Amino acid sequence: MEPRRDPRGALVRPYAVTRGRTEPLQNIALEAVLSGTATQVAEARFAGHDKYRIASVCEGRPQSLAEIAAYTRMPLGVTRVLVADMVAEGLLTLHTAAPATGFAARMNLLGRVLSGLREL
Amino acid sequence: MDFANYDPAGANRSREIISAKIVIAGGFGVGKTTMVGAISEIQPLTTEALMTAAGVGIDDPSKVPGKETTTVAMDFGRITMAEDLILYLFGTPGQTRFWFMWDEIIRGAVGAAVLVDTRRITDAFAPLDYFENRNLPYVVALNRFDGAPHYEVEEVREALAISADVPLVMCDARQRESVKQVLVTVVEHAMLRLQAEHGFATPVG
Repeated sequence: MEPRRDPRGALVRPYAVTRGRTEPLQNIALEAVLSGTATQVAEARFAGHDKYRIASVCEGRPQSLAEIAAYTRMPLGVTRVLVADMVAEGLLTLHTAAPATGFAARMNLLGRVLSGLREL
Repeated sequence: MDFANYDPAGANRSREIISAKIVIAGGFGVGKTTMVGAISEIQPLTTEALMTAAGVGIDDPSKVPGKETTTVAMDFGRITMAEDLILYLFGTPGQTRFWFMWDEIIRGAVGAAVLVDTRRITDAFAPLDYFENRNLPYVVALNRFDGAPHYEVEEVREALAISADVPLVMCDARQRESVKQVLVTVVEHAMLRLQAEHGFATPVG
């Protein structure tokens, strides 16, 4: 990705793409998974270059916030602001990241991860 | 009428995808990315966080002319276990001045493996201190580098003052089977801890 430059020749500050906002609408976890349907990606086309790139990354294969940041080469904080906006706008679907809080739900998750590892 | 493309907000939430996270911690150059890469289904990816003036701990940006931000990189990998379950492995940034990032990385994690290089055992003190003061289950994995001095597990436990209830295993961060075993140990330990916290007896041994 080409670094964007402003008229003075300096690199555009990282949060310029969020119009200076540094606080996301919701604090999405690094490993929280996001997915987008073909319809959502098509809609994201009209939401600007960066949001469209994010939607494209998630199309057909669910990706975590960390993966979206890595594939789009955007800093994590910037990505989080944009992704949270897109979730609010219905352009991405946020899946629950490690939602298991009760004992039974937590044990169930750990058990599934354990058998998943053993099957590798 | 054709509703095939009808997709109101929320309708596609029917299939929830759960993700879990295991943290691979340790000092600089201890083999964290190697370990992630040995088992991840994708080449380890790097995500970068910017440390701006607001996030500065020790670094003083005023003393670095023209430099307003520092980039902190974290490497991570992915294991898709089922259509609705993905395990992520996150390596911590090695440099100790980036420790404020560790808090975010460990939040919500299943547990952690602290990787130790037997040639530089003292590098492990700081990461171990960090986990001793967090409520996250962790295990210690001794990464055996070629030509490294051989220590018995119990020697290392004593040298690093690792308490008896923390599992300590040998591993080779380059070997998939070995890494898998470390991760299995992390999850088993997390399950035992959770059971103990809920009043179930911890098996002896």
